[in-house]
This record gives sequence, structure tokens and C-alpha cells, in this order.
Amino acid sequence: MPIQVLMPALSPTMEKGNLAKWLKKEGETIKSGDVIAEIETDKATMEVEATDEGTLGKILIPEGTADVAVNTPIATILADGESAADLAKAPAPAAKAAESAPPAAAKAEAPAPKAAPAPQAVAEPDPEVPAGTEMVTQTIREALRDAMAEEMRRDADVFVMGEEVAEYQGAYKVTQGLLQEFGAKRVIDTPITEHGFAGVGVGAAMTGLKPIVEFMTFNFAMQAIDQIINSAAKTLYMSGGQMGCSIVFRGPNGAAARVAAQHSQDYSAWYSNIPGLKVVAPFSAADYKGLLKAAIRDPNPVIFLENEVLYGHTGEVPKLDDFIVPIGKARIVRSGSHVTLISWSNGMTYALKAADELAKDGIEAEVIDLRTLRPMDTETIVNSVKKTGRAVTVEEGWAQSGVGAEIAARIMENAFDYLDAPVARVSGKDVPMPYAANLEKLALPSAAEVVEAAKAVCYR
Amino acid sequence: MAAPKKAAAGAAQDKTDGGSPPEFTREQELTALREMLLIRRFEEKAGQLYGMGAIGGFCHLYIGQEAVVVGMQMALKEGDQVITGYRDHGHMLATGMDANGVMAELTGRRGGYSKGKGGSMHMFSKEKHFYGGHGIVGAQVSLGTGLAFANHYRGNGNVSVTYFGDGAANQGQVYESFNMAELWKLPVIYVIENNRYAMGTAVSRASAQQDFSKRGVSFNIPGKQVDGMDVRAVKAAGEEAAAWCRAGKGPFILEMQTYRYRGHSMSDPAKYRTREEVEKVRHDQDPIEQVRNRLLAAKVSEADLKAIDAEVRDIVNASADFAQHDPEPDAAELWTDVYR
Repeated sequence: MPIQVLMPALSPTMEKGNLAKWLKKEGETIKSGDVIAEIETDKATMEVEATDEGTLGKILIPEGTADVAVNTPIATILADGESAADLAKAPAPAAKAAESAPPAAAKAEAPAPKAAPAPQAVAEPDPEVPAGTEMVTQTIREALRDAMAEEMRRDADVFVMGEEVAEYQGAYKVTQGLLQEFGAKRVIDTPITEHGFAGVGVGAAMTGLKPIVEFMTFNFAMQAIDQIINSAAKTLYMSGGQMGCSIVFRGPNGAAARVAAQHSQDYSAWYSNIPGLKVVAPFSAADYKGLLKAAIRDPNPVIFLENEVLYGHTGEVPKLDDFIVPIGKARIVRSGSHVTLISWSNGMTYALKAADELAKDGIEAEVIDLRTLRPMDTETIVNSVKKTGRAVTVEEGWAQSGVGAEIAARIMENAFDYLDAPVARVSGKDVPMPYAANLEKLALPSAAEVVEAAKAVCYR
Repeated sequence: MAAPKKAAAGAAQDKTDGGSPPEFTREQELTALREMLLIRRFEEKAGQLYGMGAIGGFCHLYIGQEAVVVGMQMALKEGDQVITGYRDHGHMLATGMDANGVMAELTGRRGGYSKGKGGSMHMFSKEKHFYGGHGIVGAQVSLGTGLAFANHYRGNGNVSVTYFGDGAANQGQVYESFNMAELWKLPVIYVIENNRYAMGTAVSRASAQQDFSKRGVSFNIPGKQVDGMDVRAVKAAGEEAAAWCRAGKGPFILEMQTYRYRGHSMSDPAKYRTREEVEKVRHDQDPIEQVRNRLLAAKVSEADLKAIDAEVRDIVNASADFAQHDPEPDAAELWTDVYR
């Protein structure tokens, strides 16, 4: 019976990809291990190897087809003695998938993000965008790349350095194309040496250059945290204002998918504890772009926390020559009067889904995207709580000494008399991130937990 | 200045050159004497003020090591940057920073280089290209490599002189920095001030490779051991290293063999070495006495040398006076300079 070759998944969370090229023609003999096709996603191109022997019977998906779902039959292989006439007998999908070549470096090849667009039920218009502005749909990955490219065109002192940022085009393809436009002098591949290159970046910044230091993930920045805190954050103060550094440390932060405890941690609370740093953690594509441009121009060290799960998400980005979102301003993305949900970065995914659910039960949630964690926009939070009387914080990080704890304290200090219920926190569970799919899901917050917390503070 | 000999492996490893270093002119000898005396008298005064309670916290004196920074500074040109660790007063004075501002920082006064907010270990001067003053052992090595990166990026022909001790030489980021500096051919002179003790731990108890000039071998960085008690040898080595860097050949390591007379910090009981050891170095190798003796042999009068001594004492006394009478920073300063 003919064997079906299925669209392979290049990573555990890939849902679709493009069939870039067929390397074998119909009728050609195929041996196990032959490369038969090339598949690409927005972050990588991979070869598909045959796991069966025979003749390539029929190509079902022509090359150049975009967005082919994983497990879609892409071709059939005829075993010895079979002919094209046997093709009709091919079984339905769920036969054997061809296997992709395994990624060479586990470090670089963390799972691709889920392709579904983020829930962006934006009820409130963005105050940074003039009415009538033309919008373009972009992935967050593209928005980040454009932000860096625009700032590098604008200022020759801006450069980007990090592991695999240049020739590899970025471990997560965020720096795609920058090497080609700006050259190796300004797009610099570093050795795997986080502590060292963070220090090199800070030293360069002390002379007035404006480095963008990419960490492949913020998990690896723990190797460099002395330079970030003791050198970058404190030098301006220690020098009596003489010498500071304009530098951006950026990269994916927070939970990724199925990479377990050492590669899945949220550092929001860590960095937001430090005076001298600014800490930005956006959610929407437009904010990613506008805030990264603001961060690059900021004369202070800025920790720019991205989220790997969001990189492939698309959103509307204003088509403006110079779109800047100011650091330090939260945004009300959905207005409501019964309860305030406060989150940032990927925590917004849960908050917005929960708001949809709550609306079905007649609870109108106001959802605040903090966007910047330090300086924190206390005013927007407090004004909302004065209106709703109830608040729930949502974060992927741990609760103890977390950002939610800080928000709760500020609400208590500034709006205690307006509260109708204690502030509730939804957070990551107090355990290292487990690997098993079911446990990982349990360890993270969920929309259901946000709904439950919101109902609890509404006494419903 | 001859380039260092290339070993088969690509890295030159020179021992201290035999024979005497190039002679100084009388003017150079006098400059070196004055600069070294200024550091010594300043540090002695800082020690006194510490004893009186006018200086708090940590205070690490540079006495004994003066020839290193003075000789290196004589080898540099305008715009070259200097960065070091926490034993930094000598480096600041050598770069031309004002004694009043340094001393007032030690006493935590508003006229200090950091408005009293940095203290002994954290002072900077953009004007004099002094980039600190760093309290985390070894951190300045990556930062100094970053200064060299900026020189390379700008193509300005300047060199970063990155000082660290024999103790810091065992930190991991030192080797991360060596790797990048050689890989990218950054103009940085790594000056390892080997004063034989990392706090109370002798080099032999902490370092598997005690020849610090070889610490760059696996990165192909040339290195040289230098008599860090002879200001002429330091200057000559500094010029050789600077020429190497400015020619675009990458980093250079200088191991300065020196000695600190005082304890690691003010509270050091110095049980790890004998009084005789210290006395022997002072008697046989003192960097200032070496210059003074050469000048006397060259018929410079005692009176001329005493005049230099007096001038230096006046500067130091004035700085101590300023540092004790300058007001403390205004309370509002607590909240400034966190962001700009």
C-alpha cells in the first residue's frame, strides 16, 4: 500500500509551515534518509528526510505552498511493485510522517510559537496613534526587527550584539536581515559568553555608544546579572551623574513551551526591583515596536523583556515614520466597571481571555496592560481601581516578591478606601517549571484561574 | 619599540628584559618622582584620615605600587582610557584628577568626584578618561574591553588600559574578555598588577599559573613580565604594548611585578606575611627611592628634591583640609542621578 508522507513538525509546537521546495520528482527512487523536500517556518528552514524506501508516487502539495498544516499528506511513496494505480488505496492521514532533521543546537532551537493570533480585543483606542493612521499587520518578531533597523538607520552609535544575531539571523530570527543591511561592524556575533559580552556592552555604553545586547533568552542573562546591576544600573549614581549608560538588554523572557525549569522563567520581578534600570515588557506588536524604539533612545539601561511564545503573533502596527511608545505608561486595552485585571507581556493572553469569559456572566472587566514595569504607572492602576473597587493581577512569574505583590501594595497604599475586596493575585505556581505537558500547563496561570479570581473579588 | 617575539604558537611570552630599561631624561625622572610622591603622600594622608574616622567603609591604599600607574600614564596619549578595580586612588591621581575631588569623595563630601555618592571604590572622570573605580573584582576587565570595543568601533586610535590584580586574574569574565579582545583585535592593554597577595592569599596559594604574562596564551595574546617597581621599565613596556594595540594587532598583557606595603584594606592584620618581607622590598626596591637615588647620582640637589616634596605635601594637605571642611551632600542628592 502506498505510504503517505506527512507535513512534519520542526518543533514540538509548530502548527504549520511552508513547503519551500521539492528536491525529488515524481517517479524518482527514494532511499531512507534521502532529503526529499525543504520546509520553512518564519524562523527556520529544515530538510525533510524520507523514512521509507520506494518511488515518489505523487506530490500532493506543490512547492511554494504556504501555511501547510502539520500532518497534512504532502506526497505518497510507492513501495516496490506498486504503481500509480495503487495511489487510490493510500490511507487517510495519520500514517507515518517524514522526520525532519533534528535541530543542531537545543539552545537555539526552542519551540516555535503557536501561530494563532493573540487575543487583542482592544476596546480602547491607542492614545499614541493618531486617528486614521494606516496600520500594517506584522508579527511581533518583525516589529522588533523594524524597530532596531529604524534606530540603527537613525543613529550610527546604535549597534546590536549577541549570540547568533548576525550570520544565523537570530536564534529566534528577531535580527533577520540586520547583518545584510548594517554589516558585521554593527551586527556582532559574540561567543557564548554572556557575562563577558554584557560587560563589553556596558563598557562601550559608558563611552556613549548605544548597544542593543541580545540575550538568547533571559535565562542565560543570570550569567551576566552582575554587569547588568552592579555596572549598568548603578554607574550613573556612583559617578554623581557623570557617567551613565544608554544600553538595551533584550531577549525572550518567561515561560517557553516544553523546555523545563532552566529555560522557562519570568525575570520581571528580578529586574523591576533595581533602581537605575527601566523594565519594559510589552504584549501587542505595536507596543513591541514603539517601546523598543523608545528603549534604544533612552539614556538609561533598559531591560526589554520579550516573550518567545508571542514572537509569531501578529498585530496591527501603525505605519508611521517614527512610532514611539513612551516608557512608563500603562494602557487600558479594555474598559469595564466591575473589576480591574492588571497584567503585562504574555500574562495579557490570560487576562483578555478571562475578560471575554467574564463578560458572558455579566462581569465587565477593565484590562490594563502595564507595558512598563519600572517605572510603574501607578496612576493608571489606581484610577481604575477607584472606579471598579476590585483588582486581580496576572503574571507568569512566581507570587512571592512578585510584580503582582508590588501592584497589590501600591493599590493598598493609594486606593485602600476604594477597595471592596482584597486584591487577588494569579501567578505561576511556586515550583520550578516542569517538563511534562500536563504539569507545565498546571504550573502556568490560566484564563480559568483569572476568571475564578475575578469572580471571587466580585463575591460572585 | 620592538614588537614582542612571536612564539611558535603565535603568542609572544617575554620574560623581563635583561639589563636596564631605557634611561629617562632628567625631566622625565622629575615628573615620575613628583607623580609617585603625590600618590604616596596622598595615600598616607588617606590612611591618617581613615584612622581619625573621617573616611569610612573600605579604603585600599596603593602605597608601594606607584611606579605602575605613573609609568603607564607616561606611555599613553590623550584620549586613552583607564579603568581599574577598587585600589584606585593612585590611578585617579595619575590620570590628572584633582586631589581635592578625590579626597573629598573619600570623606563623602559634596565636592567629591561623585558628589559623595561613590566613595573610595567608585569614582569617575569623563574629562580625564577615567572609567572607575569598580568594586566587583574582575568586572572592570569586561568593561575595559568594552572601552576598547568603542575605540575600535569609532576608529579613534585610542587604547584602553585595563588594570586588575593577581586575584582578579582568576575570575571567569577575564578570560571571556581575553577571547573577545583577541577575536576582534580590540586595542586593550591588560595590566595585571601582581602585588603577590589577593587580600590575604598569596599568589602561590590561589593561582595554578603564577606567570600572569602567560594568562593569554590560549587566546594568542602576547604577554610580558615587567619590573613594576621600576618606572622606566613600566613606561617602556607600556609603550610597546600601546604600539601593538594601535597597530591593530589586538590586546596585550603586561604583568607588573609589584608589591603593596600596606594591608589589603585598613582593617587588615597582615598575618599572611612577615614584617621582614615588607621591609626588604621597601629597602631594596622602593620605586620612589630608585628615582630619587638616580637623580641624586645625576647631581640634582637635595634642595630641589625637597622642593618637590614640599609642593606635593601642600597639595595633599590642602586636599585633606578641603575634604574635611567641604559640606556633606545635600539631602536632596539622595534622589538624584538614579536616572537621566
